[in-house]
Amino acid sequence: MLNYILRRIGVSVMILFGSSFLVYNLAAYASDPLAELRLSTDDGARQRIIALTRDLNLDVPPPIRYFMWLKGILGIFVGKFDMGATREASTVQAELAYAIPTTLRLVFAATFTALLIGLALGVISALRQYSRFDYGMTFLAFLLYSLPIFWVAVLLKEFMAIQFNNFLADPNIPIKWMVIMSIVGSVFWSSLFGGERKRFWSVFAGAFATNFVVLWAIDLTDWYLKPGLGPILIGILSGLAAIGITAVSTGLDNKPARNAALSMAGLGVILYYPLQRLFENNGSYLLIIALLLITIGLGYGSSYVFSKIDRGPIARTAILTGVVSGVFIFADRLMQSWTAYRETDAINYRPIPTYGQRNDQLESPDFWIQNLDVITHLILPTLALILISLAGWIRYSRGALLEVLNQDYIRTGRAKGLNERTVITRHAFRNMMLPLSSLFVGEFVGLVGGAVITERVFGWQGMGTLGIKAINGYDLNLLMGVNLLLSILVIFGNLLADLVYSALDPRIRLGK
Amino acid sequence: MKLFGRKATEGEILAGGENAIANKEVEGLSQGQIVRRRFFRHRAAVIALVTLSSIIVFVITALDTKIGPIRIPGWWKWTVEDIPELRYLDCPGGATGCPTFSINPSSNFGLGSHPFGQDDIGRDYFALVMNGARRSLMIMFVIGAVSGFIGVVVGSISGFYGKKIDSVLMRLVDFLQTVPTIIIAAVIGKAAGRVGPLFLALFLGLLGWTGLARLVRAQFLSLREMEFVDAARVAGASNIRIAFKHILPNAIGQIIVTITLIMAGAILTETALSYLGFGVVAPDVSLGLLISQYESSFTTRPWLFWWPGFFIISIALCVNFIGDGLRDAFDPRQRRRITKKDRLQAKLQNKAGE
Repeated sequence: MLNYILRRIGVSVMILFGSSFLVYNLAAYASDPLAELRLSTDDGARQRIIALTRDLNLDVPPPIRYFMWLKGILGIFVGKFDMGATREASTVQAELAYAIPTTLRLVFAATFTALLIGLALGVISALRQYSRFDYGMTFLAFLLYSLPIFWVAVLLKEFMAIQFNNFLADPNIPIKWMVIMSIVGSVFWSSLFGGERKRFWSVFAGAFATNFVVLWAIDLTDWYLKPGLGPILIGILSGLAAIGITAVSTGLDNKPARNAALSMAGLGVILYYPLQRLFENNGSYLLIIALLLITIGLGYGSSYVFSKIDRGPIARTAILTGVVSGVFIFADRLMQSWTAYRETDAINYRPIPTYGQRNDQLESPDFWIQNLDVITHLILPTLALILISLAGWIRYSRGALLEVLNQDYIRTGRAKGLNERTVITRHAFRNMMLPLSSLFVGEFVGLVGGAVITERVFGWQGMGTLGIKAINGYDLNLLMGVNLLLSILVIFGNLLADLVYSALDPRIRLGK
Repeated sequence: MKLFGRKATEGEILAGGENAIANKEVEGLSQGQIVRRRFFRHRAAVIALVTLSSIIVFVITALDTKIGPIRIPGWWKWTVEDIPELRYLDCPGGATGCPTFSINPSSNFGLGSHPFGQDDIGRDYFALVMNGARRSLMIMFVIGAVSGFIGVVVGSISGFYGKKIDSVLMRLVDFLQTVPTIIIAAVIGKAAGRVGPLFLALFLGLLGWTGLARLVRAQFLSLREMEFVDAARVAGASNIRIAFKHILPNAIGQIIVTITLIMAGAILTETALSYLGFGVVAPDVSLGLLISQYESSFTTRPWLFWWPGFFIISIALCVNFIGDGLRDAFDPRQRRRITKKDRLQAKLQNKAGE
């Protein structure tokens, strides 16, 4: 195994060397960094040309200049890492150090959300193969495949930000829209549950009524101006989550698991007020992480309370429920700061931004307001990226599950009398995740490169913006920095994908 | 509530019978006939095929076509060069050059002189969109052809000969896959603005074949171990004949499907590059470029934004659906969904036979 990894890394380094050499020379010959200055008749231009030529070694022919650049890169082994200078006399490292976290934040948020939603839709679509829902999802996936991201982004800016902010200035949902939104929602739910005509219409009616009442309540209470969940809603939502998670994770007839999950949800409600006290005094990421760990501990402990045997699945269910109700409490706390956030001078009642990654004018030191700012800035670009990568996940997971469901071991499972839930979650779902796990790495890496356009549309100062800036400004060192980073990501992403795959699937042996 | 409702139980019981139904349908048909039948049964794919062909014909005949000295006139009255008078009156919100297209039967019903509106200086937007769609279609087909050709050639050589040649070619593929496409295409596109869209398309084609090559290679690797290849070899067939006559036809399904996927991706890549300013540049027109030029005028003159987007999405959607139809048609494991009607028919036939 080690042998295999070392050999792969060796080959990768050779490939990196070749591709960077190619890109360097291609870029150097295709562009002239001094073209603009040469045309200028200004006196300062001559000085600039001389200075730039000296700083960037432009008098050295590109193939040789490449090795001067490479020497700086290889300096990493002797502690003198140097990626060269940009045209604006800052270093490439400094620019990248600022850009990388920005891009990662965007891509992480988008990949995980898209994965969760896409997986759920794809799995349900496969379980209801050839149903209305399935056809709907297939069409949706193809439509999303065909959307140019910059086009979607402009639409999102217009309708999700500008129009939504206008709406928030004078919030009130017209009855017509309530009906339309409820119909759309109930069509989704009833086709998701499927079944014969009678079931379809009863689910439709139920979903329509629920949707309509919720929308009406939101409108009446001006909820989007003063949002919040409060202990009662948190209790109801966590209870529902507990039942749902138990149904999928262990089955509702597993009494200890059900009780453990429900007690975690109850614990969330009981701890609501003490937690508010805690949040009031100090909000920090450290606190959040500590609370997460405590939740996990409590969930694990509750499996000891409710059962003497088979504690693994019970603990899993309890922990998941605990985390979900924790997320509700966290969201509730963020919502409490919403009004304060809207009323700051920097936001001025237009909370959904169309541009940038942070609001620089926002002076409030409050942890929750700062986080709200990060979240509102993330919404639009993440949504755009999700829409684009969702299609792939729906198709992949549907295809993978259908493939697995045709296997003999699924038939064996059913034949020996396992219930359908066990067959799907334990036998089919786990095997389906194998090919998806290696796709995940590829998708993540692809999104880092593909975020170029999203960053540009939404004005994020990430890797993509940096790359465009480098190309437009003929900034070779900067371009090579971005290029090198992306190439390394691709190569090691692929290696990681192979390793993960072989670790998960005992049938695959690498290097043989 | 049943979370994991089973649907196909009845179908599974009848699985054996269904095989018979499906097999009966393809009795005595050649591979090509089976594929064609299956494709035409895929309703969405057929609709997509018809739509795409009409879009292509519509777009190409709309404007003048120049082939060397010959000039074939198009049926649309304006060209991209014309600068007719800009319409000021009766536009919503004081905008200029709004579309004259109207479906309101009481007033101005019909196309009018500028159905898609006019741009800043009064050029007919319909002509601009047609011209852009033409560029995008041309780029899409060139990329598909170039990537398809290189991918098939490299993949089949690599898979057929294996060993040294294989590892050299596959390292080349690795090599090209490490170069971030959008960055390198942007570098070239920046320089290619002077050379024109055809060059851009050829270049993007040169970058886009790696996935296809891997796929063809995998197909060749498994197919060359098959008995029918041994049989052909024993019968004295040459390497070329085995590759082209025996192996390639077996892999053609996957190849065609992948090429359609490459083409659907290509039109999006081209528009994205043009949007960033590295693809097709003014005075040339492309759909991505049109969107990027009028992005900021969305609130006041949304039609400048909707129409190019509409054409990009329709073209890409059609290509994707055609690809899906082809995948189903070529997949030997794919069987038609057996409906109640089929079962009934089979039963009746059985009875009649008895």
